[in-house]
Amino acid sequence: MQGIGVSPGIAIGEALVLKDVPSVLPERSRLTAGEENERLSRSLSSARRQLEKIRAGAEARLGNKAQILDAQILITEDEELLSLVREKLKEGLTAEAALRDGVEYYANLLENMDNEYLRERAADIRDTGRRIIRDLMGVAETDLTHLGTPCIIVAHDLTPSDTATMAPEHVLGFITDVGGRTSHSAIMARTLEIPAIVGTVRGTELIRTGDSLILDGNSGEVIVNPEPDVLGTYREKQRAQAERKEKLQALKGQPTVTHDGRKVIVAANIGTPKDCEGALRNGAEGVGLFRTEFLYLNREDLPGEEEQFQAYKEVLEAMAPREVVIRTLDVGGDKELPYLGLAKESNPFLGYRAIRVCLDRPEMFKTQLRALLRASVYGKLGIMFPMISSLEEVRRAKGMLAQVREELVSEGVAVSEEVEVGIMIEIPAAAVMSDVLAREVDFFSIGTNDLIQYTTAVDRLNGKIASLYTPYHPAVLRLVRQVIENGHKFGIWVGMCGEAAGDQALIPLLLGMGLDEFSMSAISVLESRELLGRLNYAEAQARVTEVLALGTAAEVKEALKKF
Amino acid sequence: MIEKHLEITNSTGLHARPASNLVENASKFKSKITIEKEGRSVDAKSILGILSLGANKGSRIRLTTEGEDEEQAAQELIDLLNSFVE
Repeated sequence: MQGIGVSPGIAIGEALVLKDVPSVLPERSRLTAGEENERLSRSLSSARRQLEKIRAGAEARLGNKAQILDAQILITEDEELLSLVREKLKEGLTAEAALRDGVEYYANLLENMDNEYLRERAADIRDTGRRIIRDLMGVAETDLTHLGTPCIIVAHDLTPSDTATMAPEHVLGFITDVGGRTSHSAIMARTLEIPAIVGTVRGTELIRTGDSLILDGNSGEVIVNPEPDVLGTYREKQRAQAERKEKLQALKGQPTVTHDGRKVIVAANIGTPKDCEGALRNGAEGVGLFRTEFLYLNREDLPGEEEQFQAYKEVLEAMAPREVVIRTLDVGGDKELPYLGLAKESNPFLGYRAIRVCLDRPEMFKTQLRALLRASVYGKLGIMFPMISSLEEVRRAKGMLAQVREELVSEGVAVSEEVEVGIMIEIPAAAVMSDVLAREVDFFSIGTNDLIQYTTAVDRLNGKIASLYTPYHPAVLRLVRQVIENGHKFGIWVGMCGEAAGDQALIPLLLGMGLDEFSMSAISVLESRELLGRLNYAEAQARVTEVLALGTAAEVKEALKKF
Repeated sequence: MIEKHLEITNSTGLHARPASNLVENASKFKSKITIEKEGRSVDAKSILGILSLGANKGSRIRLTTEGEDEEQAAQELIDLLNSFVE
């Protein structure tokens, strides 16, 4: 079976297939309403026990997410819901069908309300309903917090709540039916440093729990119940990779210098303060992107200044003296915050998101800026504004930052003088205007995930057109070169924090273009540093023009093989 | 049976924390407790019932309690509803 390898490495182990509720449920019951009611009660208590166990086991790890579990526990005891369901049992429905109908009734009711928070609760009700129905039907329980033995998880898709509740030490790898390089399960797998394959389409249908599996996260290949000789070959490969990983450790603590002496920085992208540990263990020379959304997600109100300050301080201290580039809040697009009350949009990626929201809600934005500046004395801080499309936005954001700085200074709070201010270049308009924008900031960081999507008009979350989404598109690469050249013309450094920065095939070209900083998943850092150490900057530089003259992504990909 | 009319004044309305707070407190009483808004009446001990009322700031609701501890229930719940600020 073939999918897309999104997190490198080989995993060998038993499959645990997370099945969703079957789409067809038994409808008419052969039992009495009383007997169905007893089945229902049993499954309700067992669902409640599962939820309580998840909450108890994961409280520390989940933080604010524990609230979601509380709400779900309340739902299993809900009088209104249960009396509706019991009415349906009296009409001769099975407990499964009655529960589904009751859950759908309330989910629809909430979903149609003009309130983002309530619409989110509809998902909680459905989630809880599925858990109870799974129990009624005896479908393997999917409590990821208590995985007994290490296994390879096979699922249709993994949600943030799945990966947050899972005990990573027991997961050997992921295989999902849907998704791409930038989907949640892919990013999580790289953060957890476990091999993963997405987009197998029929993985959950073809693999059964207990099957023996080989997962090759480099090639994207899944082998089900392999022959002994195949298994032997992969065990050998796995050993070789482990050895190589061991050898790469020697690069830690050394600077990254190309064969002909050009020094570059290889940094890590992180999502929470906990990720610093992985970044350092993998030899990252800094953090090129710290996404701050984790502070805002899965809660009911905005995080306060103190809470944010603690998180930023923790990261700056852990990484010091290395630089940490912290990106200000990037919500909207595929990331929603119910309590902000943002309306549903037909084009969220082109809508009210990131810096647009922040500039529109100065109080919220200033809280984050205050927390950042207060933390600045604990390390080397870079502040980065996302989704910049115009010069006005840069000036307004900088204006607010300056105002916040003045306020802090007048309050007698210490603020570092060395804070760098930069912008993310992820909108073609910003790339085209980069010669003008460069005069305003200390650095650029090219966000390729969105730059590709906006340049080529390809929705990166739409699987149907996934083949059109490629960093090798010559238009994207020409913009990247333009940004780097313009940055250098005005003496600022240029980094890249999209997935492309860790793409081993692209690195030589990016080096040739003069990229100063490569920021990627921690798991790719040492591999990339080893590669950069072998490359020759002058040679790579000499080949850039010829590659950028090519007409198609396929030709570019072919040419990169000869670098 | 005790019947009280009141207006929701907190900014979130009967959602999020205020809603679960109300349900938790209502569940402590033996009385049957209902909340009615615009002719639709729900059990105050049900989180789904309360949420599905969609009561926002400014909504007018009717609280009824019926049972052995109806007086105490009515008093405490009114106090609770009036204490919500968020």
